[in-house]
Amino acid sequence: MRRHHDMGGTPDGPVDTRAHDAELWEKRVDAVRNLLGQQNLLLTDEHRRHIENLPPGDYDGLSYYERWILSLSNHLLEKGILTADELGRKMAEVEAREAKDREHYK
Amino acid sequence: MSEHNRGHQHDHEHARTFQRDHDDGGPLPYLQVMEIAVRELLIEKGVITPEQIRRQIERMDARGHSRGARVVARAWTDPAFKARLLANGRAGCDEMGISDLEALHLVVVENTADVHNVIVCTLCSCYPKPLLGLPPAWYKSLPYRKRMVREPRAVLKEFGLELPDDVVVRVHDSTADMRYMVLPRRPEGTEDWSEEKLAATVSRDCLIGVALPHALKQ
Amino acid sequence: MKSRFRAGDAVSVRAAYPPGHIRTPYYIRGKQGVIERICGEFANPEELAFGRDGLPKRPLYRVRFRQRHVWPHYSGAVEDTVDIEIFEHWLEPATSKAMT
Repeated sequence: MRRHHDMGGTPDGPVDTRAHDAELWEKRVDAVRNLLGQQNLLLTDEHRRHIENLPPGDYDGLSYYERWILSLSNHLLEKGILTADELGRKMAEVEAREAKDREHYK
Repeated sequence: MSEHNRGHQHDHEHARTFQRDHDDGGPLPYLQVMEIAVRELLIEKGVITPEQIRRQIERMDARGHSRGARVVARAWTDPAFKARLLANGRAGCDEMGISDLEALHLVVVENTADVHNVIVCTLCSCYPKPLLGLPPAWYKSLPYRKRMVREPRAVLKEFGLELPDDVVVRVHDSTADMRYMVLPRRPEGTEDWSEEKLAATVSRDCLIGVALPHALKQ
Repeated sequence: MKSRFRAGDAVSVRAAYPPGHIRTPYYIRGKQGVIERICGEFANPEELAFGRDGLPKRPLYRVRFRQRHVWPHYSGAVEDTVDIEIFEHWLEPATSKAMT
């Protein structure tokens, strides 16, 4: 059976041919992925496998670099480079910090 | 997943116009929070440094389609170079002194009066990033990946490129270790042009095969 | 490693559907084409995907397929083609040259 990411030849609507630059956070994801690759902590095909394993709804609903950061995180958890607990706590910390910043600059 | 999965495609499109897309006063999206958290944890653990990230971004920004355009202009003006480039794309780039190509394996495919080439990656979004930098958003989009391989003439028309029936269309599905660049045809009326001027006719889209160089646009 | 096929050989893509990380697109499995060139030898992505070394390296080919053969209702020119990189273990000698 065909896996979701293996989508060559399936129907879809028109291509949005407009160009726009990558955002800074997207470039950071790209950079982190390259740096992990250079240290052999992430192989291209491992990265691809994690992206392919995203549920079809996520695969279609997320942007390219959103798929990437989710896959990177899954990989780092699988490899034990990060734990779910520390990632969860760090994300809460980041959210709190961002909320405070927003309040400050209102 | 529902937290970040609400956003539909056009929301992402909208967000991409900003450098920071939480400057609209709303909370930072879940996956961008994740990006910051992952990066900070990797730095805290000594896996990567902020300096490395900065240098990596600068390195990617320094690459761009103009590097490919230079190679094309050389091939237009030097037939022996063109033959070497078509035999081994990477060797051609090395010969021109193009730096920082990492382990790029490059295949250059030549447009002729009878053949038009176009590149797609149906399985992910493989692209010669070490040479050309980050790909355009549409190259990574699902409609492009799905449709280019099956209805290339219709998709090319959406880019404004209508090919006559007697021109063969060769689609290249970039599935494994090779990366691809199109060598477009030299525009007419450019016989006495310098390499530099020729290179300026070659847009990124020409190198993917969804556009043709035009002398008139100079 | 000696490569099994040469440029110009007619080949069939195996119609196999294993789980895992596969770089042979679904739409081309079971189709017939012609070897366009040998790309060299590369580690097996099906193994690399799970963090293994993917060795020994395997020959990788570019195979050219006629669009009319790949897509039954293809509306473009008869000579239109799609070229795809395929690892040797996904290829077999073609039984007939009819579709290539």
